[in-house]
Amino acid sequence: MVVRINGKSEEIQGTTVLDLLKAKNIDPHMVAVELNDKMLERDHLATTAVKEGDQLEFLFYMGGGR
Amino acid sequence: MDFTDEQITRYSRHILLPEVGGKGQKKLAKARLLIVGAGGLGSPAALYLAAAGVGTLGLIDSDAVDLSNLQRQIIHHTPDLGRSKVLSAKEKIRALNPDVNVVTYEDRLLARNALELVRGYDVVIDGVDNFPAKFLINDACYFAEKPLVHGGILRFDGRVTTILPKKSACYRCVFRNPPPPGLVASCQEAGVIGVLAGIIGTIQATEALKLVLGIGRPLTDRMLDFDARRTAFREIKTRRNPNCPLCGDHPTITELVDHEETECAVKVTSDIS
Repeated sequence: MVVRINGKSEEIQGTTVLDLLKAKNIDPHMVAVELNDKMLERDHLATTAVKEGDQLEFLFYMGGGR
Repeated sequence: MDFTDEQITRYSRHILLPEVGGKGQKKLAKARLLIVGAGGLGSPAALYLAAAGVGTLGLIDSDAVDLSNLQRQIIHHTPDLGRSKVLSAKEKIRALNPDVNVVTYEDRLLARNALELVRGYDVVIDGVDNFPAKFLINDACYFAEKPLVHGGILRFDGRVTTILPKKSACYRCVFRNPPPPGLVASCQEAGVIGVLAGIIGTIQATEALKLVLGIGRPLTDRMLDFDARRTAFREIKTRRNPNCPLCGDHPTITELVDHEETECAVKVTSDIS
């Protein structure tokens, strides 16, 4: 199925948000996930299924400033 | 308060703008802005806000100027090495625009001093380089109900967002807590392209000026991410999170806390670019 991740269309296998992060080598503690413009609680990553046409945003921490 | 002929000339390109005018310029002259961190983001923000004629600029930083800072912290110059950052910055600001009253705090922003400090200002600019401080600024601005312009830079990426406490999404609505220590590469390891500080810092200054002037549409409920490699901006919609531990329906954070020091971060490994 096709979903949008950080603005780009991607073909992925049917899965949960957590599996998708793992497949991309992203530690779930390093990212805030927005699904269709709504923040996903970290506890719900494993139980939230990704569906055709979903829009996902993986927001990484960006801590620099000096 | 009336402007002198010299001031009218100095600020003429502002005064010409219908959205600013003499009235807006007076608002700027009365404004009190706090910049937390006189480094990469704080340097361009402070210089442009000073040039713009902001009446009072508060600067808090406990560091001294280091040689590795000069690649991006443009308010500090080579002869400033070893000097206090806030004093070095104050000197440049006063040379640029003697109208500006610069208040310096040679200190770290901590739970013990943050609220009192923030309360004395109209808008706060986040120019710090670590997560405990970023979360502390977010929380202090929430409790003091002060608008905050958040910024972050790392490698080739930058981010800006404006937070109007109790009205728009806060930093914790998106990032609940600082990342766990140890998971993340440090700023020194990760590096940053110097000009990014200028791009993000000047957007922060723009947001602060708009808030003071009461014009335009603030960068609230959206994060503006910039990728210098592709020269591309991307806007990510955010919204207040009912589960936010600070500004949600059932807050668990009811006072300021100092999070333990973690390294700044990071896109560690990811296939997203």
